Amino acid sequence: MNFFTHLGKYLLMLKGMFSKPENAKLYWKEFMHQCADIGVGSLGIVSIISLFMGAVSTVQTAYQLVSPLISKSTIAQIVRDTVILEFAPTLVCIVLAGVIGSKIASELGNMRVSEQIDALEIMGINTKTYLVMPKIAAALVTIPLMVILAMVLGIYGGRFAGSAAGILSTDTFDKGLMESFMPFNVTFALIKAYTFAFFISSIPAYFGYYVTGGSLEIGRSSTKSVVVTCIVILLSDYILAAALL
Amino acid sequence: MIEFKDLRKSFGDKVVLDGVSHVMETGKTNLIIGTSGSGKTVLQKCLVGLFEPDEGEIIYDGVNFTDMVEDERKLLRQQIGMLFQGSALFDSMTVEDNIKFPLDMFTNDNNTTKMKRVNEVLERVNLKDANKKFPAEISGGMKKRVGIARAIVLNPKYLFCDEPNSGLDPKTSMVIDKLIKELTVEFNITTVINTHDMNSVMEIGDNILYMVDGKKEWTGNSQEIIFSDNQQLNEFIFASEFLQDAKHMRMIEAKEGKKG
Repeated sequence: MNFFTHLGKYLLMLKGMFSKPENAKLYWKEFMHQCADIGVGSLGIVSIISLFMGAVSTVQTAYQLVSPLISKSTIAQIVRDTVILEFAPTLVCIVLAGVIGSKIASELGNMRVSEQIDALEIMGINTKTYLVMPKIAAALVTIPLMVILAMVLGIYGGRFAGSAAGILSTDTFDKGLMESFMPFNVTFALIKAYTFAFFISSIPAYFGYYVTGGSLEIGRSSTKSVVVTCIVILLSDYILAAALL
Repeated sequence: MIEFKDLRKSFGDKVVLDGVSHVMETGKTNLIIGTSGSGKTVLQKCLVGLFEPDEGEIIYDGVNFTDMVEDERKLLRQQIGMLFQGSALFDSMTVEDNIKFPLDMFTNDNNTTKMKRVNEVLERVNLKDANKKFPAEISGGMKKRVGIARAIVLNPKYLFCDEPNSGLDPKTSMVIDKLIKELTVEFNITTVINTHDMNSVMEIGDNILYMVDGKKEWTGNSQEIIFSDNQQLNEFIFASEFLQDAKHMRMIEAKEGKKG
């Protein structure tokens, strides 16, 4: 299959999601279940990455800013903007593409191969609406929240590392955080987070939903979905940056 | 009753169904038999709408399934139960939740009523103590019975079984066959079974469709199959010497029965 065939099938899958739920209560239950799976399930890794990402940013920025003419509070500004603009939305979403993406692709792939999706179809359930839609909706709700958390923890990690390494005091760091702050940066990060969240959930769902073969193919499609998602995230990251900044 | 006329289905250049027509009767176990690759599974998947036939008509009790729009099909599918080859139970749900799922999705009954129905069907398939177990914790035979319980929980008019005996020992196979037969008669269901199991053919074959290379080769019941002159069918059914001997024994018994 070529690129356009995949794109066409992907768009048709997305179109197929929009149908009236057979039972709204059960769909809500599935949505909440996915929120817990995608959101709560990824909190640990997001927290760890964010803290270290901020900490390393502070140390490396300080290492490069050797001029006595530049105020130490500039380190905090650089860390803040790097974390908000790039690290929290992009890096975290790349990691989430691996964590959540492979989970979604293998879950749906396993359901396809073991005929569970066929069983749902036979019951008269629109499987795209029941299986794919809650995953995308849950990702759109939880991933931006995790990106906000990553921003906070990243900056906090930087603040802690700066103080612990004796680079700059927490007061200087806090002062730097307040300087030249552009609220649009947060808006831009959230636009990126929503865009990436959609790709992180929908691309692996496509690869999992249409898997054919056995367990080997599930593994392959899971890996492929993560690779494709990462490429799409990086590409859309560039497009958004070029268009909005 | 399910009637299909001149069904054709191809995948690329490969013709899988080549103008198959037949009638699946209500209250009877309708078997589709044939060698691997003869088109049995594709035929069954066309009948339930998982595959779209290229040509032909499928008629469920006078209603043309092939002409239906998706919403109409969804309504009809609520009257269809299906037992899959690998049972297709939902891994993350307990046996009880698997069976309750169609009730949760399509009925507005309260939980007590639903649980009563779940326990009724579990009792009907002789599985009373497995409610809280997960599919991974039960045997293949039990999975099939849970699959049957889930398929009949909404009182379907049509029951499809894809190789219900695959992977089961002969004794458990007989239990499953007996159960499917009993349910078919008890609830007057149109049951369509895809099978390779010759024991099933002999025991529960009310209406048998034998397929070769996507075409209807022979039809009849379990009695008629013994006396059939169709060479391909005989080679398929009575492949081993043991089965050929069994056929001769049955023929002799039948003749003696007529004389008596």
